Amino acid sequence: MNDREPGGHAAPLTPPTPVVQTHDMHGHPLASLPVKVCTRDVDVFYGDKQALFGVSMDIPDCSVTAFIGPSGCGKSTFLRCINRMNDTIDIARVAGSIEIDGANIYDRGIDPVLLRARVGMVFQKPNPFPKSIYDNVAYGPKIHGLVSTKDETDAVVEDSLKRAGLWAEVADRLDAPGTGLSGGQQQRLVIARAIAVKPEVILMDEPCSALDPIATAKIEELIDELRENFCIIIVTHSMAQAARVSQKTAFFHLGKLVESGPTEEIFTNPRDERTQDYITGRFG
Amino acid sequence: MTDAALPAGASAPDPSAAIKKRLAARYRAERRFRAYGIAAIAVAVAALLVLVGSIVSQAYSAFWTYELALDVTVDPERIPGDPSNPADIQRGDFGVMLQNALRGEFPDETRNARIRELLALSTRLNSATLGRRVADNPALIGQTIRFKMPISDEVDRYLKGQATGRDWVRLDAAPAVTPDADGETAALRLSPADAARIADAVGDAEPSVIVFSNGGAWRLSGPAAQTAEGEQLIAPGAPGVEDRALILSTPEADRRVSDAQIAWTETLRARGDVKAAFNTYLFANTDSREPELAGVFAALMGSIFTMLVTMVLAVPVGVATAIYLEEFAPKNRWTDLVEVNINNLAAVPSIVFGLLGLAVFINFLGMPRSAPLVGGLVLALMTLPVVIISGRAALKAVPPSIREAALAVGASRTQAVFGHVLPLAMPGIMTGSIIGLAQALGETAPLLMIGMVAFVADAPTGVTSPATVMPVQIFIWATSAERAFEARTAAAIIILLSLMILMNAAAIFLRRKFERRW
Amino acid sequence: MSISLIVALILLVMIAAGFRLGQARAWRAADGRAGALHSLPVYSGYYVALWTGVPALALVAIYGVLGDGLVNALVLGGMPQQVQDLSAARQETFMAEARAVAAGLYAAPSALHAQAAAAFARLQGLFTWAVAALALAMAAGGLALARGHISRQFRARNRVETAIGILLLACSALAVLTTVGIILSLLFESLRFFAAVNPVEFLLGTHWSPQIAIREDQVGQSGAFGAIPLFAGTFLITIIAMTVAVPVGLFSAIFLAEYASPTARKWIKPVLEILAGVPTVVYGFFALLTVGPAIRAAAEWVDAAVPFLSFAVPTQSALAAGLVMGVMIIPFVSSLSDDVINAVPQTLRDGAYAMGATKSETVRQVILPAALPGVVGAILLAVSRAIGETMIVVMAAGQAANLTANPFESVTTITVQIVTLLTGDQEFDSPKTLAAFALGLVLFVITLLLNVIALRVVQKYREKYD
Repeated sequence: MNDREPGGHAAPLTPPTPVVQTHDMHGHPLASLPVKVCTRDVDVFYGDKQALFGVSMDIPDCSVTAFIGPSGCGKSTFLRCINRMNDTIDIARVAGSIEIDGANIYDRGIDPVLLRARVGMVFQKPNPFPKSIYDNVAYGPKIHGLVSTKDETDAVVEDSLKRAGLWAEVADRLDAPGTGLSGGQQQRLVIARAIAVKPEVILMDEPCSALDPIATAKIEELIDELRENFCIIIVTHSMAQAARVSQKTAFFHLGKLVESGPTEEIFTNPRDERTQDYITGRFG
Repeated sequence: MTDAALPAGASAPDPSAAIKKRLAARYRAERRFRAYGIAAIAVAVAALLVLVGSIVSQAYSAFWTYELALDVTVDPERIPGDPSNPADIQRGDFGVMLQNALRGEFPDETRNARIRELLALSTRLNSATLGRRVADNPALIGQTIRFKMPISDEVDRYLKGQATGRDWVRLDAAPAVTPDADGETAALRLSPADAARIADAVGDAEPSVIVFSNGGAWRLSGPAAQTAEGEQLIAPGAPGVEDRALILSTPEADRRVSDAQIAWTETLRARGDVKAAFNTYLFANTDSREPELAGVFAALMGSIFTMLVTMVLAVPVGVATAIYLEEFAPKNRWTDLVEVNINNLAAVPSIVFGLLGLAVFINFLGMPRSAPLVGGLVLALMTLPVVIISGRAALKAVPPSIREAALAVGASRTQAVFGHVLPLAMPGIMTGSIIGLAQALGETAPLLMIGMVAFVADAPTGVTSPATVMPVQIFIWATSAERAFEARTAAAIIILLSLMILMNAAAIFLRRKFERRW
Repeated sequence: MSISLIVALILLVMIAAGFRLGQARAWRAADGRAGALHSLPVYSGYYVALWTGVPALALVAIYGVLGDGLVNALVLGGMPQQVQDLSAARQETFMAEARAVAAGLYAAPSALHAQAAAAFARLQGLFTWAVAALALAMAAGGLALARGHISRQFRARNRVETAIGILLLACSALAVLTTVGIILSLLFESLRFFAAVNPVEFLLGTHWSPQIAIREDQVGQSGAFGAIPLFAGTFLITIIAMTVAVPVGLFSAIFLAEYASPTARKWIKPVLEILAGVPTVVYGFFALLTVGPAIRAAAEWVDAAVPFLSFAVPTQSALAAGLVMGVMIIPFVSSLSDDVINAVPQTLRDGAYAMGATKSETVRQVILPAALPGVVGAILLAVSRAIGETMIVVMAAGQAANLTANPFESVTTITVQIVTLLTGDQEFDSPKTLAAFALGLVLFVITLLLNVIALRVVQKYREKYD
């Protein structure tokens, strides 16, 4: 950790601020939003190799925060820290603190199973389970015991599919296998599956990279709608997508958080030269 | 799962509470599931341990044996014919010489039934060994020589403590023995302390008690008391066991070795004529109907000949097929057919290969039954898929850049393959071949079909002489009636497994030594 | 030294000479400059050596395979009518005896034997000399012919490479030939069996007692060949084996793939592989002398402990054989299942974990359903192996053809009966012997079907996730 570069943090090491000033997609400042996720000095190691260096940032609730940066910059690694998915990798080790609503999720008393019910995740490649559409959506509520009767389950499934914008397309074939849907539908199914457990935070790891432009547009629309109720964090390699959907953007480079701020500001007036180079397409 | 861990967020109905309620039960299910996994592994490991343990515990006693050494007079009168011709010498009646030597140890025994029991201490088949020894050295004729042979299997089991429980009681005073007129029974007078100790050791059971004194031996006919009636097993006078009582917990009727045989054996042991030794017979002898003489030599030779045939056929043909499929074969129906066939052959039950061998090699082509040639052919056909599959994997592992480099300097396809690809793939091919051969070494069922299950008295001298192989020898012994074969079977298994472990170790060594990462 | 050995040695020398001569000829043609040739001189050497050796060796090989039959037929043809009229089996015995007489093993028992032996000796001598002379002539001719081909432009390398290609193709044909051989020999002998025994009776009959008299005039020579008890026994033992192997193997695979640390994996996998490497005869010994007696002792204990219950188990029982076979198959199920579980894409696991599923929920509700086709394929392959397994059942299941579902009784299986019918004294043409081939055919068809289905299922499954 000697090679940590103190100047690497764009965000100053201040105590967690209660509110973050953000802007909507047109650059108009929004009302002050409460901080949902607050990270301080997060380091991640894979065996002897350090993948993430002292990341500290605040992520606002009820908004979309985008992580951008070149491949291998650590943005996905950081995302997977927020619901402790790195726990499933034997050699991964996380240091520092990540707080959700003020509680450190890496505290010893925290159960990752409980945590992941509150922090949903959507992956790069749509990964519906080898079950029916209905069972895919009902999976989370069932294992967590959020529903007890068939009616309740039906209601949750319908509600989730509606909110994911998929209801109209699959209402008549809920028993069909989830793997039979098109790529974009599968990804919306997976989003429906994630919101069915009523999480507070939704992590999306390049959710549109495997989709065509039309499906991408639908997902982006959906993300914008979901923003009202969830804290959404999205990793994307498309700067245009980050500009379109997010209110706050963080730029990662070589495992470090270079700078973060309102999306408008990052794209129009980056403070760091590396951000400037990346945005203008000089590398990445 | 502390309650304070996650203070509720802003959203009104908190799902965490509902989730937490179920969490304990879910974690119990998790632990149960994990326990099933550990239990499954434990079952598999325990099965292996029990398997190995049971075989080793049965085998260890077969690696040593008790030998009976006798002073045998090589009687010229028992050797008819020309004493300078080894064939004539071997026709001599060495069995009688051995019997005379054994009877000479207990000259006082005259009852015929007893003499038969006495002679059963060693098998008559030992005479062949004696005959060979004399034939090799005719100067021994007329001399008295020390001849060592394995003691009978049942006596051997007794001496190893497998036939009955044994308890020795040392007598403080020599019992006073008053023989009756015919010498069959005697009245024994024991000291009170000795009688009490024997009675104590006997307890409530009704075992045999043999009292030894002054070179003689008597079996008590009734309970141990100061005055006891005893049946005379050995007449006193000659050297033997001194002043002891032997309590045998298994009644005589329940064991294959009699009290008299035990008395003689103990007396011979006291005289230094019975000693434990490493069981060389197990390795040097061929199969025999007498367990104490049976060895694995013939089966070992049979296995070696069979494996030679298998290797000579399966390895070149398998490698050639692998080269063809991997390097030359066009993508057509013939190639597909060959591939499908290889995959299916790998899964055909081994016994079906035996039927093929019987129908085609023996009945159609008229090859000899029980011969390593046919056994090797059948095993080669079985091993072929293993060699082909591993050979193809090894060839596939050679990067295409090697081929392209050779082709680029103007080598033909054949030159590139045989000059560059094959040498690099050789370690992998050899590893796969050795593993396939080790599998073939342990194969039994197909060889039963082609008659390799016959009793073979002589080690094979070539690939067409009748032979058996190690696994079949194990099968023959395992299904024999004599209990002494159990230990020998287990010992033969240990020898077979050692061979297989050796071959696999060689394969692993090859892989480690020549393994390349591209 | 026998003639064949001398001929073989001369041939070897001629092949070596052919190589040398071919090479020398090429050098001469090139005036000592290899560059002037189309192919390197060494290929000319190989070319001539091939022409010298291959035709001669082929002739010797053909004679080796067919010679005995030809001599036999000629001798038989020259024998008086009384020999010709003998039954096939008697004729065979007679010829074998005559052959032994000719070889000088013992004196002729009859004048006919002596006549046949003399014919044998004459014909064999004649043929051997003729073939030897012909082989050497062909070698010499081949050498001269091939040597004449060699010139500066001669494409020796291409010819040699074609020969190598043919050799490789021939080797690959052996796998197909083996299958054809298996199918033909099983079919041919089974058809002869079904000529004597009704196939319907064989497949559906419930009484199996193949004890046919050795001599034809003995009474009660027709055995009963109803194979249902054998199929039932095979089925029963397979079920017992699978009851052991599937849960243990599957859970071992799950534990190894999803729970075990890399270190634990490193130690446990070889242990399972050792179980797979133990020869089946060793398992048979274990079943016969350890497991069988242990079950019997346990049954005796139960019998003594529970009043009003009469319970006795023989040492050889379906249970003993099935349990041990199950142990044998554990590594088979576990390694195949391990493969298919590892083939389930990581994204599915991630999806389940991200939903907050525990490890066991992920395995039970996501991984196993996804891997199910592969696991089913693995189990089918294991069943096929259990059905074809021979030594364990031969040693531990018994011989009695009981039609029972009671695992504590001894039963017999297809493989046991094949072994029983074909070991010991036998006459090759009796239905008793031929029945073994019919059983072999049934066994082959069942295992082949299982394998084909299993491979299909596994392949489909692989395609789905590749």
